[in-house]
Amino acid sequence: MSQRQIIQVFEQYQKSRMQFVQTVADLAARPQNTEILQNAGVMSLLRPLMLDVVPSIQQTAALALGRLADHSDNLAEAVVREDILPQLVHSLASQNRFYKKAAAFVLRAVAKHSPELSQAVVACGGVDALVLCLEEFDPGVKEAAAWALGFIARHNASLSQSIVDAGAIPLLVLCLQEPEMALKRIAASTLSDICKHTPELAQTVVDTGAIAHLAQMILNPDAKLKRQVFSALSQISKHSVSLAEMVIEAEIFPAAVACLRDPDEYVRKNVTTLMREVVKHTPELSQVIVNCGGLAAVIDYLGDCHGNLRLPGIMMLGYVAAHSENLAMAVILSKGVPQLALCLSEESEHHIKAATAWSIGQIGHHTPEHAKAVATANLLPKLLQLYMDASSSEDLQVKSKKALKSILQKCTYLPGLEPLLYDAPSKILKHVVCQFSKVLPHDSKARRLFVTSGGLKKVQEIEAEPGTPLQEYINAINSCFPEEIVRYCSPGYSELLLERLETYQPA
Amino acid sequence: MAELLKIRSEAEEFLKEYFLRNSQAEENRQKENQAATRIQSWFRACKVRAYLSHLHKKAIIIQKIWRGFTARARFRQMVKAAYFIMKMNFYEEMAVRIQRRWRGFFVRRYIHNFYARKSYLEGLSRKNELVRRELDEFEELQKRERDCLEMIKEQTAKVYQAHRLHHLLSTKQCPGVFNSPFRPFPHETELLLRQVKYQAPTRLAPRGRACLLGVPDSTAPSFPGSLRSPQIKTTRICCSSRPVLPPIASKKQQSLIREPGEVWEQRVHCPDLTLRLQTSYTHLEEAQNQLRQHEGAGSMFHHLSHSSNSFPQPAYTKSFR
Repeated sequence: MSQRQIIQVFEQYQKSRMQFVQTVADLAARPQNTEILQNAGVMSLLRPLMLDVVPSIQQTAALALGRLADHSDNLAEAVVREDILPQLVHSLASQNRFYKKAAAFVLRAVAKHSPELSQAVVACGGVDALVLCLEEFDPGVKEAAAWALGFIARHNASLSQSIVDAGAIPLLVLCLQEPEMALKRIAASTLSDICKHTPELAQTVVDTGAIAHLAQMILNPDAKLKRQVFSALSQISKHSVSLAEMVIEAEIFPAAVACLRDPDEYVRKNVTTLMREVVKHTPELSQVIVNCGGLAAVIDYLGDCHGNLRLPGIMMLGYVAAHSENLAMAVILSKGVPQLALCLSEESEHHIKAATAWSIGQIGHHTPEHAKAVATANLLPKLLQLYMDASSSEDLQVKSKKALKSILQKCTYLPGLEPLLYDAPSKILKHVVCQFSKVLPHDSKARRLFVTSGGLKKVQEIEAEPGTPLQEYINAINSCFPEEIVRYCSPGYSELLLERLETYQPA
Repeated sequence: MAELLKIRSEAEEFLKEYFLRNSQAEENRQKENQAATRIQSWFRACKVRAYLSHLHKKAIIIQKIWRGFTARARFRQMVKAAYFIMKMNFYEEMAVRIQRRWRGFFVRRYIHNFYARKSYLEGLSRKNELVRRELDEFEELQKRERDCLEMIKEQTAKVYQAHRLHHLLSTKQCPGVFNSPFRPFPHETELLLRQVKYQAPTRLAPRGRACLLGVPDSTAPSFPGSLRSPQIKTTRICCSSRPVLPPIASKKQQSLIREPGEVWEQRVHCPDLTLRLQTSYTHLEEAQNQLRQHEGAGSMFHHLSHSSNSFPQPAYTKSFR
């Protein structure tokens, strides 16, 4: 055979290898095919192809492997078991950029499924190799490496710590400053995943000056970048007061309020989450956000969105109101209470309702003014209903009871309290009657209203053991009225009169 | 003898009398003794009583004088104490008045300044209104921008399509697809086709293999989407508008040669030379400062934060900055 024919054999083999690998890569892109491919033993076939002479076959094989591992965690575990990882990590250092991208993709696909798999990636030196990739020139390689690091860091604090120990953070902060949008996004997302675990990790990230760079990107037109930036800032600020103060010092606040009208809903949600994390620490931080008009923006945001997206906004209002009574009054003046009432009635999830009940409690428990604002929005019967409803979760019941109690102890708005006389269980009733007994002795109009609306009648019907506080309050109320009226309103008075009629002899 | 007998009978009588008297005395001795004792005791008692009452009277006098003395001393003391207490009460009452006024003032001014709180809350509602309005405007602006961009995109797509479908333009002989004779007026695409000038198709560089491998590339704008299949990516990259370089054919003469009139003007009218600069001496520093000022936050909300109607913040809240 001539030389050409021999070489032709090899070329044919190479072509068929290339075709096989490309087809497998295409098939692996669809999740349905993963099972079939796995049963056909694709892993053992792809593994030698990754050591192929031709670089493009290597790269495509790595890509196919990555896609397979992406879709199923069985295959990811198989990748780890078959010791493909050390090979990949080793070649990460040496090969060209396409291979690096594919290899980083495989590492990411393996690491994303569970902490154990991420630990396996870390154990075979994957983190150091990825950090080396972060120093490359090609933005695609950096993006793939940063993405893989992000997936590793997502799981728990020790994995994030190993990433920080490998010196990834300064490189990630440099990636933030690159012009490519996708790279910025992924660098921001990775920083967010690292910061979210512990305050020390967040402090390490802040020490490299990440906040300034993140703050510069707030008004970037790209929505996905903004999502990640705000998520990163909120993960940083959630840990401690000093971190939150550092985030505020970067002067993101009045500008970030504009992002609350962004068309992308997750950007809005993340801005609200950032506000919530900042606000929950101290009254001064809340004051900063309230002063730049954050409350109005958040309340409008609550009006626009639904479901789980509302949760950070609701909690933010609760935290602001919890600090002091004038912040709570600020929330009330910004029309927060009607909005929260809407949220309470519209939402069906129990945890959102619990958060709303808690926020309402925080707003209403300061002074009678605040309690009146809550009561006029007709929220007390709603809270009572949530407490009494057997289908509410325990958390919801506890929170609504606490909120109700704390508001009732300050509420002097009697028309709001009256509906509660009828339905409430004795524990709540005690507080309601206590409030009546405090207000009625001093207000004659209220006394008149109380009698005409049937409240006195209801109070007479309440059975209480003598000596309990409830009985004392009932006595206090009864002493506000002339005896005839009390007797008139007491139950069974009409029967009493009829009995007297029976025994009466006309003279 | 008779006297002796008399004496003897007297003596006998005497004896008898003596004996009688003795026996009587003996009989009465007890009684008399008792009586005497009684009288004596009574008398002694009277004496003692008199003595005691004398003593008592004297003692009473002494005690009376002493008690008066001590009581007067105590009274003086009490008067002093009462005076002191009266003075102290007076001072205390005055002090209470001062403290009451001061506490009311202090609480009202520094702890809970009602008017500051009121003005703060009013300012806050005004600020909220302002923020809401500005946000609405901002949203409106952004929406308009986006709509504008969308429209431009649509328009360019249409023009591009018109470029591709240039062959459907109607000619004199044959009306085009979009210019049916049954229509009252030509379709808009027909008009567009008429406006668009025919351009020779630009040669696209062969991407082929490189595209396939360049797929996990950062040009994918979606995040965190999964990777798309390479074929679609290839066409996308190929279809993106590439900058068209100007044709090399026409060479313009170098524009170093100026019109003669210009040169003459320059020679005749020399510029006015002064030692004074047109720009101020500190122009560079001022420009740098300005740049630094405008650099910080976004333009619109930078002005929001330093707006003139920033309301009075309560003095008692420790300023964060």
